Amino acid sequence: MLTILFDGVAYGMVLFILSCGLAVTLGLMNFINLAHGAFAMAGGYFAFLLATRYGVSFFATIPLVFILTAGLGLIIERTLYSHLYGSSHLEQVLFTVGLVLMSIVIADYFMGAQPVSIPLPEILRGQIEIGGVGLGRYRLFLILVCGLLTLGVQLVISNSRFGRQLRAAVDNASVARGVGIRVNRLFALTFAFGCGLAGIGGALGAEIMNIEPTFPFKYMIYFLVIVAVGGTTSLTGPFLAAMLLGIADVARKYYAPSIGTFTIYVLMIATLLVRPNGLLARRS
Amino acid sequence: MISFLRHGIATASESAKRHRWFYEALFWAAIVLAALLFPSQHLLMIEISIIALFALSLDLLLGYAGVVSLGHAAFFGFGAYLAGLLALHGIVREPVLAMLLTGLISGLIGLAASTLVLRGSDLTKIMVTLGLALVFYEIANRLTWLTGGADGMTGIEIAPLLGLFEFDFFGHIGLAYCLVVLFLLFIVARCVVDSPFGWSIKAIRDNPTRASAIGVPTHRRLMAMFALSAAYAGIAGALLTQTTSFVSLSVLHFERSADVLLMLLLGGTGYLYGGLVGAVIFKLLHSWIASLTPEYWQFWIGAFLVAIVLLRRASIRSALASIGERFRPAGHAQGRAR
Amino acid sequence: MTAALETRRLAKHFGGIIATNDVSLTVKHGARHALIGPNGAGKTTLINLLTGVLAPSQGSIHLEGKDITGIGRAARVKLGLARTFQVNSLFAEFTPFETLTMTIGERLGIGSQWWRKLRGRPEIEKEAEDLLETFHLVDVGDRPTKSMAYGKQRLLEIAIAFACKPKVMLLDEPAAGVPESESAEIFQALAALPPDVTVLLIEHDMHLVFRFADRITVMVNGAVFAQGAPDQIARDPRVRAVYLGEDA
Repeated sequence: MLTILFDGVAYGMVLFILSCGLAVTLGLMNFINLAHGAFAMAGGYFAFLLATRYGVSFFATIPLVFILTAGLGLIIERTLYSHLYGSSHLEQVLFTVGLVLMSIVIADYFMGAQPVSIPLPEILRGQIEIGGVGLGRYRLFLILVCGLLTLGVQLVISNSRFGRQLRAAVDNASVARGVGIRVNRLFALTFAFGCGLAGIGGALGAEIMNIEPTFPFKYMIYFLVIVAVGGTTSLTGPFLAAMLLGIADVARKYYAPSIGTFTIYVLMIATLLVRPNGLLARRS
Repeated sequence: MISFLRHGIATASESAKRHRWFYEALFWAAIVLAALLFPSQHLLMIEISIIALFALSLDLLLGYAGVVSLGHAAFFGFGAYLAGLLALHGIVREPVLAMLLTGLISGLIGLAASTLVLRGSDLTKIMVTLGLALVFYEIANRLTWLTGGADGMTGIEIAPLLGLFEFDFFGHIGLAYCLVVLFLLFIVARCVVDSPFGWSIKAIRDNPTRASAIGVPTHRRLMAMFALSAAYAGIAGALLTQTTSFVSLSVLHFERSADVLLMLLLGGTGYLYGGLVGAVIFKLLHSWIASLTPEYWQFWIGAFLVAIVLLRRASIRSALASIGERFRPAGHAQGRAR
Repeated sequence: MTAALETRRLAKHFGGIIATNDVSLTVKHGARHALIGPNGAGKTTLINLLTGVLAPSQGSIHLEGKDITGIGRAARVKLGLARTFQVNSLFAEFTPFETLTMTIGERLGIGSQWWRKLRGRPEIEKEAEDLLETFHLVDVGDRPTKSMAYGKQRLLEIAIAFACKPKVMLLDEPAAGVPESESAEIFQALAALPPDVTVLLIEHDMHLVFRFADRITVMVNGAVFAQGAPDQIARDPRVRAVYLGEDA
């Protein structure tokens, strides 16, 4: 039971880091980026390539993946996404679904259909005894790293100049521009940052989720649920939603594996019936 | 090129509005002519007419009601499986009756689903419709005893239409069936869209606050439109089953939902013919690309979605720029009365 | 005698903010009742509460004696309550003629009909044309609303409320944003409202208020500050102090 909670929390934290970028882009630019999972997948593949082809140590891959995926995000944002700011949600959906389809085939072409496995360093394998309970080392690592990342993101958003400008731009982009904040540059950086986080999430999550060509589609619904149910006004909502989802999914796998991935849909529907505007929404 | 086409279509549509009946009659006559001239292509034409009906169903939901759905395949697939079950287990043997029943039940399922879908924002709608299609897929996948699971539902025998016309291998009867259904449902859709109900739906899409401020019960009306759209999609699915005697999980694939969105993107929304035109273009595109790179078809659909949206944005932006020059913003003292 | 519109101790809280504070307002039949007050006084919030866009935290609303506090937006319109919006809220793609035809259709209860066309019904179209004429919209009647000048759009706002044939009309700053040259038409339209229709009017334009209103309520910080006949209010030193300043 404790293991389920523990594994669920680890899973939830990875899901949160993965969804962070989507929550911020949605809240900031009112942009529904369904292709968010593609950047996570890219991160997973980058980590795999770095570790296996270039012999980079696992711990070093993490910052490298961030930079690589953020860079990828920046390029794609400047060339493709930026043309769609101000477009309707439908156009955003069609556009990003197109990107998802393309990314699936590209991944399949270059990396094959099998899920990739990233070799873990000794220290992260197996279990560690804490208070008489055996906890998976890797999952413990996940909780620590993701926890730190979450705190980091929260700090950046609430305390840095970047964060202040970001919050101003979320509040009212035209006023922010009027005050001299370069909103387009802000969007580009934020988008890249979100992609970078997704990339890390993909790299970290490779061990517990499958990094394979269909990843962007398989996990699309997870990210959507976390962001739609959690809301985009703060990071707390998505965090709670991700935790709930992670724990529920692990519990389902354990207790009723034959049910399949129904948990997430049931959760989504249940939350929507009770709280049509997300977990933490106060106003209707 | 697209903006040129759009301009051409725009001016054509100005005069088309006046001679609407003529152009429409021409359209349907062309279809019948094509059916008569190319008897060897009837199976292909059946496919096109089915996806055209599916696209029409989504146009009602998306183009008129403004509801963004990423999972309309849920109702298409539901209809396909239901029609398959009705035939397989001899519950309703006669295909027309089965088709109508499937439509009715799909509509009811749509009505139930609408209570979940029609809450909250666009994002919520996208999530719920996607989730719905995924749930339906999962159910069909797992209830192997009912649906045949991954192998599909086989052994379906379709009785003769109205007890008289037996389906043949060349698709002659099948095409006549599909075209008649498509045409009749089109007429109904046209009726609905021009009716006070249809106008109120367009009003809700334009400005929901204003709509309720004039007394439109927005939620109820949208639910009704959703149900109609689901019924149409279900019928399209039933036609597929009845003309192929087979149902597979592919009817519930996300790709179906993506395909039909692309069709509406290609053909345009909000004028009822968009789905039909888009279906033809889509099928032609599909055949052409499949002959070049069959395994990477998914890539090309994606590329088309991306490209067309980008092109639209480019032409919209330049169109907006020119409109902006001609009309002063609100509040200026020189606001013209004409 | 029952008032046309009445609120009893109506209140609305947003978290810690009290937007509407214990408002008890009575609007008599056929009244030309103006609601004035500084910006942020909660006037539009009150209209939103009256029309059902917002749900009250406390209190009740009565239309012709009937408690409508729990009734939905569309239903309140059907009971005879219509409003205009402070910022134009129109059907951008429809022409004024189409908008009015549709509104009249809803009023007549044919809004849910799906089998007959909306267009081609002479009674409805005649009424729509008459309205276009009354509100000086004939020349723009067949052009999409989004292409109309702001002043004309504002007239359409009022025309739509009119087309609902309401018992009570809530006008939220009908002249707002309209240039001097076009506001005469708006004044005319307001003056032409039939005497049996009750009007509650929010306005900042004091000329309009004192010409039009037979009763004024002053709101400050979400609460009723003063009420009375126009000349009473004009002479009231407290009102002058808080709001009218030197414009009286």
